[in-house]
Order: sequence, then C-alpha cells, then structure tokens
Amino acid sequence: MIPVLAIENSDRYVGGAYLVFLLLLLIYVAIMAAKLARIQRELGSLAELSERRGGRGSGHDVGQIHDREQAIETVRGATHREEAAR
Amino acid sequence: MTGFAALLRKDLRVEMRTLRSLPAMALFAVSAFVIFRFGLDREQLEGELAAGVLVPTLLFAALLAINRLFLAEREEGGFDLVRLAPVDRTVLFAAKASALVIYLVVLELVAVPIFALFFLDSAAGLLPFALVLLLADIGLAATGTLISTIATMSSARDLLAPLILLPLLIPLVIAAAGAGEHLLASGGPDYGRFGTWLALLGLYDLIFLLVGYATFDFLLDD
Amino acid sequence: MANALKSITLRRLAIAAVLVVGAGYALAFFAAPEDADQGFIQKIFYLHVPLATVALCGWIVAAIHAIRHLRTGDPKHDARSYVSIHISVIFGLAVLLTGAIWAKGSWGVWWEWKEPTLVSFLIVFLLYATYYPLRYAIEDRDRQARYASVFAITAGAFVPLNFLAVRLAQPLIHPRTFSSTGGLPDSMLWPFLVCLVGMGLLWATLVWFELDSKAASANLKRIRRALEATA
Repeated sequence: MIPVLAIENSDRYVGGAYLVFLLLLLIYVAIMAAKLARIQRELGSLAELSERRGGRGSGHDVGQIHDREQAIETVRGATHREEAAR
Repeated sequence: MTGFAALLRKDLRVEMRTLRSLPAMALFAVSAFVIFRFGLDREQLEGELAAGVLVPTLLFAALLAINRLFLAEREEGGFDLVRLAPVDRTVLFAAKASALVIYLVVLELVAVPIFALFFLDSAAGLLPFALVLLLADIGLAATGTLISTIATMSSARDLLAPLILLPLLIPLVIAAAGAGEHLLASGGPDYGRFGTWLALLGLYDLIFLLVGYATFDFLLDD
Repeated sequence: MANALKSITLRRLAIAAVLVVGAGYALAFFAAPEDADQGFIQKIFYLHVPLATVALCGWIVAAIHAIRHLRTGDPKHDARSYVSIHISVIFGLAVLLTGAIWAKGSWGVWWEWKEPTLVSFLIVFLLYATYYPLRYAIEDRDRQARYASVFAITAGAFVPLNFLAVRLAQPLIHPRTFSSTGGLPDSMLWPFLVCLVGMGLLWATLVWFELDSKAASANLKRIRRALEATA
C-alpha cells in the first residue's frame, strides 16, 4: 500500500509551525474584519442621524437634493431590472 | 535630604508601632519552610534545593510587604498630604524603597537563621549569601516600589502587583538562587560564579533604580 | 491631506510586506540549502527567529513611544505604545508556539528549559501579558495612559536584562540553543535577512492598520457625541 501522504515527520513539524503562524495572522484579520463591520454599522447609523438632523434644521435644500437622489436611484434601479429581465 | 529622612522615619515609626507587616512576613516565611519540609519530604537541604526553597520563600514574603507599602497612605488619605508637600516625588520613591529594603533585611535577619536551623548543616556560606540577598533586596525594593505605586491606584491592586512583579523579579531569582546553589553547597561554600551573580544583581539594581528615578514623577502627577 | 498621506503609506507598507515576506520565504525554501545537522526542520528557523527579533524590537519601540508620551503628554504616542506592545505580544505568542513545535521536532519534547531564547521569551511574554489587566484596572484615561507608559518603559528596560540573566542561568556546557545566527553560511544568511525585514514590515503594517482602525473608531465617537449634543 502506497501511503497517500508520504510526508516525513520533519515536514509535518515545519508545516505545523508555518500553519500556526498563518492561523494567528488570519485570526487577527478576522478580528479586524469584525471591527471594520462595527465601524461600518456605526457610520451608517451616524449618517442616518445626521440626515435626520439636517432635514429638521436648515434642510429644505438638503431635503430636495436628497429626494432627487432617491428618484435617480429608483430610475436607475428600474433600468437595471429591465435590462436583467431582457 | 530632610524630606527623605522625615518620610522614611514616618514609615518606620508606623511599622514599629503597629507591627503590621514584619511579623506577618516572618510568620509566612517560617510556615513556608515547614510546608517545604513536607512538600519535598526532606529534612536536610543543601545546594540548589536549599536555594530553591529559601529564595522563593523570601520573594513571596516580600510580596506581602510590597502589597502593603502604601497601605497607610490609602487608609488615611495620606497620599494627598504627600503630594501637596514641597517634596520632590523622587524623594518619596527613595524613602519608600529604603523602607522596603529595611523591612526585607529585618525579615532576612529572622528568616535566614531559622532556615539554617531547620535545614542547613553548615552556616559557612551564609555571610557571603547575605551580600547576595542585600543586593537582591535593593533590586526588589526598586521594582517593588515602582509597581506597587502603579498598582495602588488601580482597582485590582492586590492582584496586579504580584502579577506584574513576578516576571520582573525573575532575574533576581536567577542570580540569588544561582549564587545560593554554590554558597549553600554541602561541602562548604563554593565561589564558582559568585562574581557573575553579584554583577547581574548590581546591574539589575542600577537599571531599575534609574527607571524608578526617571519615571516616578509621572506616577504621582495629578 | 494628512489622512490621505497616511493611508497611502499603509497601502505601500502592506504591499512591501507582502513582497518581502513572499520573497523571503521563497528564498528560504527554494534557495537556502538544507541544514547538515538538523535537516529540513531547520526551516522553522526562518520563521521563529525573525518573529522573535521583531517582537523584541517592537517592545523596545513601545518603550520609546512611552517615553515620548510621558515627555509630551500627547495621547497619540500612548496609542502607538499600546499597539506596538499588542502586536508584539501576538508575535510573541507565535514565537512560543513555533518554538515548541521546533523543540518537539528537534528533540522530541514540547518544551526545553535549556533553550535560552524560548525561556526568556516566556518570561517576557508573561510580563507583557499583564499590560492588559493593568490598563483595564485603571479607569481614569489620563492616569491609565501615564501608568501604562511607565510600565512600558520598565518592561523595555527589563527585556535585555532578562535575556542576559537567562543566558547566565544556562548550564555552561551543552546549552541547547537553536536560535543563534552566528556561524550561518551566506546561503542561509541572506534568506534569513530578507525574512527578518519582511517580518519587520509585517509588524509595521499590522501596527499601522490597528492604529488607523483605532483612529477611525475615535473619530466616529467624536461625531456621535457632536451629533447627540446638538439634539
């Protein structure tokens, strides 16, 4: 029977060491990704908060621009859906 | 100079009057010796075993003193008085560290003879070992005062000080136990690497006295 | 403008790290010869020793930032000190794990007291691990930063002293050291140096990355506070 993984013992230790390092690095990336997600969420809620404040205060112009932007987005969205359906 | 003397005298007088640290330290050390007698199942110790029992025991007893170094200040709010007094902060560091050295020396004057009584068959190596212990005490006092000050202002002070100190004191243990291994050997003291260990202790003392001197100000700046 | 400059630097740093680390390990595995004594397992050397060197330098760098923090009182130095220690602690963990694996592969034991670098690292790691409970135990921001800086300086002074002490404690004959770079042939030295520089760049990238992330979070807090204040 030919062993599937004819790896010598020392290879496994070398591999193991580099693997441990890689895993630590990836765990760090995962933690930073979670932090980024949290930052995104906070940014989103702050954007909402500032829009609400802006709308209440001086905001007629801001409100109008915002409405126009939304109109453009809906048209764009409808065009995409049309194209996708075709 | 008078500020230093006054602070030191205050601490020593409080200790002499209330006797709240020294007896506890001595009792702790002697109980620890008994525990080691049974833990190791030995009645005679020499060389590395002797050093291995004596040095850590003194270290742990020292931690008791270090934890209580600022006890009076915390209880009676003395910190504010000291801070307002026209004394250089560094003088406070010197006074506290000196008090700690004195406590440790007194502890050793009690504990080491008892240790010799319990476990050693020859006291010949004790005198040179006393020099080793003195140098170690200075290093212990420098780091101990520094870390005790840091810990005393934190919420987990009883736990934090030993936690931070133990790794910091390992070089002292290495040197003291290393010297003790030779000085307390059964055939009589052997001065093999005596100079090396004294040099390491001296270096440690110098470095951490300097660090304490340079940074202590920033600990009490409020 | 300053922020734009900073993010360009982070990207450049990251790219440089990827390139140098890649080149370093390619060299280590394809160009460097196999060690005559230890065999293939010596390849761990190119990982373990750069990690250790960079972690140690990182802790010294943290001490320098701490000194600047105490001198100027500027919190950005405290942030740099904190993150430097943090990333070095992670590297330190990697040093201990890879060291244990190397010990097991070389000598059949998961831990070897006669390996001075490994033992010194354990002690230093134990010390810096107390940095976190220290910071969390002090609530006042300003005091926390100052005390942490004093700790970072004390610990930074401790690192070289500790290495000396542990080396002195080793038995004078037959120390089992696998971390010495003395007597390395050129064919191994150059890959090692590239790996070392690569690890340094990686460390710097991670520190920069973390500092940016912290700055972003801090700015978000400022915005939130400002918005909620004008309610």
